[in-house]
Amino acid sequence: MNDIYETIEIVSRDLYWAALKDIPQDVRSAIAGGLQAEKEGGNTTAEQVMFTILRNIQAADEQNTLVCQDTGLAVYRVRVGNRLHLDMVELKRRIRRGCERATAEYPLRSNSVHPLTRKNTGTNAGEGLPIIKLDFVPDSSEIEISMAPKGSGSENMSFLKMLNPSEGLKGVKKFVIQCIFESGARPCPPMIVGIGIGGTSDVAMQLAKEASTFRRIGSSSADPDIAALEKDLLGRINETGIGPQGLGGATTALAVNIEWAHTHISQCPVAVNVQCWRGERAQAVIGATGEVRYGDGAL
Amino acid sequence: MAHFELHTPLTEADIRQLKLEDTVSIDGTIFGIRDATQIRIFDEGIAPPADLTGGICLHTAPGVRKRADGTYEKLSIGTTTSTRMDRFAPGLIETYGVRAIVGKGGLLEGSIDAMKRTGAAYFAIVGGAAALETMQIEEIEQVWWEDLMPECLWKFRVKSFGPLIVAIDSHGNSLYRRVQEEAAARIAAMQL
Repeated sequence: MNDIYETIEIVSRDLYWAALKDIPQDVRSAIAGGLQAEKEGGNTTAEQVMFTILRNIQAADEQNTLVCQDTGLAVYRVRVGNRLHLDMVELKRRIRRGCERATAEYPLRSNSVHPLTRKNTGTNAGEGLPIIKLDFVPDSSEIEISMAPKGSGSENMSFLKMLNPSEGLKGVKKFVIQCIFESGARPCPPMIVGIGIGGTSDVAMQLAKEASTFRRIGSSSADPDIAALEKDLLGRINETGIGPQGLGGATTALAVNIEWAHTHISQCPVAVNVQCWRGERAQAVIGATGEVRYGDGAL
Repeated sequence: MAHFELHTPLTEADIRQLKLEDTVSIDGTIFGIRDATQIRIFDEGIAPPADLTGGICLHTAPGVRKRADGTYEKLSIGTTTSTRMDRFAPGLIETYGVRAIVGKGGLLEGSIDAMKRTGAAYFAIVGGAAALETMQIEEIEQVWWEDLMPECLWKFRVKSFGPLIVAIDSHGNSLYRRVQEEAAARIAAMQL
């Protein structure tokens, strides 16, 4: 068995590259569906945008190159089986090292700057970066690492509102639609809309990020009320006609995904986080004997 | 909706003929600029070291690799959100003679007015489509202000760059504004 920490480092590096180059199948299918819808709707500008998006995905495949120049902020979601007895400080250090190696060895554009001085670290790592979300899985001897390079055009379209519970379902819908309207052309639509409802303010935001970056398009919430809201909002967002790249059309969102948590009797936190059309993510599972299986990281 | 093949430098007539949702492709030179580049030009008051007259500016910060001879190899060149840099656009157009801005997300009313007054336009490119965009850029010809890496002032040689969509024309029209006004009306009519 190879050194497990070495494997974690290599996998963390390779997942960054994989996510930037290879668009997940569910995203490809949704974009192809959008192209068909715009063609049938007779909107030539929207059709051309969707066609260009598909051509771009193919060009990245053929040239083995990055789909988008925005290499994002690296988000790693790591789930560690409880039967593994790992040094978690070393695990985090190796993920960070993998991110730095991905950046140096490609080389990838480094986006990591000090928020005030704007000085770039040059490594896509720094204070708090890469973002590593750790969780633990019962009865498992595996490590699952999912990676999303979160682009800024979409991330800048993030919203949080602590609704008054009396505003109810209608208030939730109104807030989300207003967020999408304000985002307009900026987050590179057709977008994946991630919504977090419940918890505390920070939890709502984290749920929204999980929903926008790691949920498979076409999946729906296990909670029937939440699933109904996902469907309702997808219809309404597409009804706005904002369209691909905000130039008008039927395809404003490819999906609306909602993750939720219980909350306080006097709270209703709602967070919105948008992912751009590329919906980039990649995943690997490091098995009990150190073998690595790659996938697209969808929930 | 017509298609136009434009060659840089652009003239006022090149721009005035364009209407919303026309498409264009570009041969010649395009300048790459971003936030830090324009903060230097406008907030720090340092004139750009290249003549932008009749030029086209693209909102980008490319991914590059430096060669041994000091020139740059393109790795991934794509487009960032223009709206963030809206406040610089009137200056680019009216002070430095830029005829077209290529970006995603559009520009706001002050920029639309400046484009109308001077004869400039905004061309929408598909954001995120960097693989294609990189193929359409033949070479990085020159770079200034390398200390701002990757937000330097870049000069790209392009061939058949596009098709781009005319999203703001030089007659005061904006496709973004039209789409947002229609969206606002549809949202107002929704029964939640």
